[in-house]
Amino acid sequence: MTDTTPTLHGIARPSAQEAARHLARRKRRQRRLVAYGLAAIAFAFLMLAILVGSLVVSGAKAFVQTHVTLEVFVDPAEIRADRLPRGGFKDVLQAALQKQIPGIEDRKDAKRLLGILSNGAQFMLRDMVVADPSLIGETIKLTVPVSDPYDQLAKGEIDPETPEEFRRLKDDEIAWFRTLEEKGLVSMPFNWALFTNADSRFPELAGLKGALMGSFWALLVCFVISFPLGIGAAIYLEEFGRKNRVADIIEVNINNLAAVPSVVFGLLALAVFLGWFGLPRSAPLVGGMTLALMTLPTIIIATRAALKAVPPSIREAALGVGASNQQVVFHHVLPLAMPGILTGTIIGLAQALGETAPLLLIGMNAFITSAPASPMDAATALPTQIFIWADSPERGFVARTSAAILVLLGFLIAMNALAIFLRARFERKW
Amino acid sequence: MDASNPATALAIDETAEAEGRVKIMARGVNVWYGDTHAIKDVSVDILDRTVTAFIGPSGCGKSTFLRCLNRMNDTIDVARVTGEIRLDGEDIYAPGVDPVQLRARVGMVFQKPNPFPKSIYDNVAYGPRIHGLARTRADLDRIVEDSLRRAALWDEVKDRLNEPGTGLSGGQQQRLCIARAIATSPEVLLMDEPASALDPIATAQIEELIDELRENFSVVIVTHSMQQAARVSQRTAFFHLGELVEFGETPQIFTNPRDPRTESYITGRIG
Repeated sequence: MTDTTPTLHGIARPSAQEAARHLARRKRRQRRLVAYGLAAIAFAFLMLAILVGSLVVSGAKAFVQTHVTLEVFVDPAEIRADRLPRGGFKDVLQAALQKQIPGIEDRKDAKRLLGILSNGAQFMLRDMVVADPSLIGETIKLTVPVSDPYDQLAKGEIDPETPEEFRRLKDDEIAWFRTLEEKGLVSMPFNWALFTNADSRFPELAGLKGALMGSFWALLVCFVISFPLGIGAAIYLEEFGRKNRVADIIEVNINNLAAVPSVVFGLLALAVFLGWFGLPRSAPLVGGMTLALMTLPTIIIATRAALKAVPPSIREAALGVGASNQQVVFHHVLPLAMPGILTGTIIGLAQALGETAPLLLIGMNAFITSAPASPMDAATALPTQIFIWADSPERGFVARTSAAILVLLGFLIAMNALAIFLRARFERKW
Repeated sequence: MDASNPATALAIDETAEAEGRVKIMARGVNVWYGDTHAIKDVSVDILDRTVTAFIGPSGCGKSTFLRCLNRMNDTIDVARVTGEIRLDGEDIYAPGVDPVQLRARVGMVFQKPNPFPKSIYDNVAYGPRIHGLARTRADLDRIVEDSLRRAALWDEVKDRLNEPGTGLSGGQQQRLCIARAIATSPEVLLMDEPASALDPIATAQIEELIDELRENFSVVIVTHSMQQAARVSQRTAFFHLGELVEFGETPQIFTNPRDPRTESYITGRIG
């Protein structure tokens, strides 16, 4: 490669060394660019791994719950069929515990002994007896959750080496629990209560059912409002509206609307939906309406993009055989745009599912111990439930907060996966 | 009408007019795209049961003029059409005329085959369905079969009418589009470079088909290929820079053009 003939322009060609240097530099630059890209992706994955990893580590323990199994004699002297649902359920449980751990005579100690069981235990027993009064006088096997400090002890979160006065459980309490463990009465099954219970002040009883139902109703309302409105608006703007100055202004404002901080929508909802229209506070109906305001621009933008992506040849073909504008849109363009529209809608709903700030402003962060049966009932949503639990001082809520985040992330991943699936399955290549 | 313009005088066939063979009569048509004057004062007679070819260099306005004939330019916001176009003596730009009804009478086939992403059957049945041309399923079946036969496609697709039209080869797709256009029983068939996206064999099939269609329809074809115009058409119009330069019998245009610009174009000096 010793070509010494000058170039077309009469300038001497670069020497072989110069050319090699030039080539090497170019290759180096490209390698560096690839390395930057890989580094960025690796960093993003690392952060994701740290996030999910830390959530799993701290949240895993919330998916199991320590239970204790007791033989309970439903004493007819304490519980009488004619006085149900009232009765000495606490005393019956206390007696059952005292049978397992003998030698506690002091009334104060006996009361502390009962503290092993969750506050909800007496109500579980009560519900069982009310449902089947023939249990009175019988001895039944009862498995109930233990209270939060003992749950933490069982999960190794309480260090017995800590001086007694800095511990939530005293030495004798730890000894009682160890006795129960030695007798094989303590078990740690899957924590179904996390999904079947609504919120509670007691971590061992607190569950996500209220939040899940609240989020479900809110998303349903959000979908019912924003899907038809968004598609309608997009069809008008894209297919029927004149392309003039007004259309430009509308377009700019829809894009702006998509970028408005969500807390502003919350304030708007507070002022308009609650203030003017007097809709109920904390209701998923209002939450859904607020989220619909936020989802609307996302759906409009996604729908317009999907409509635009339908090739003009299809429109011409339909117009050419004498279809009206409306027939062109509804027979041809809209069906072809549907996969794109659905993908955009699901991504919009996934955003709405994770939205917290506007729900805080309309009171969906209230403490509500029953799941909503309709969109008009007060409820929380998944993100606001996380907010409430993250704010709670009990040790058990730390793990539950992480568990709730994992549940929320699970739903988000499922929704986004569905969107990707729909796109891959139905998207048309032109 | 400008009698001093020789092209205008040529484009109007007075004997044909007298015999009532004129299907479409265009007088003084101008088209603007925004500020661009795309078609300048074009007057043309399109005869019934005749293939008329529009030729000319790219951007000369031949497609634009074709799209005036079924008001497809209406779908472009900035396009403005003036002048007079009569189909069987009836002004198609009159206020009472519905472009949707007009397009059933003046069918169109486009440059790129554009079947709907539906079955072959539904592609052809779509026009008759939206215009309510078939009262029964049997009627519709007959329209579909007849249209596909006329488009010389029936034998190739009769066993797979329920398969998507997009799965056919390019030439078959274009014949499907022709079948779709003739399913509404149009009187005029407009073709905008119908063979430009096809291979030579498919092109030959389409050209043969056009010749057969002439028995029932008035066909207007825009083409880039002068050979094609010479092969399929009886009358040829040469457009240049938005003007109709020359219009006449095809053999005359190709062997004895009167305008020097036509001669330059067909001998390959402009284009």
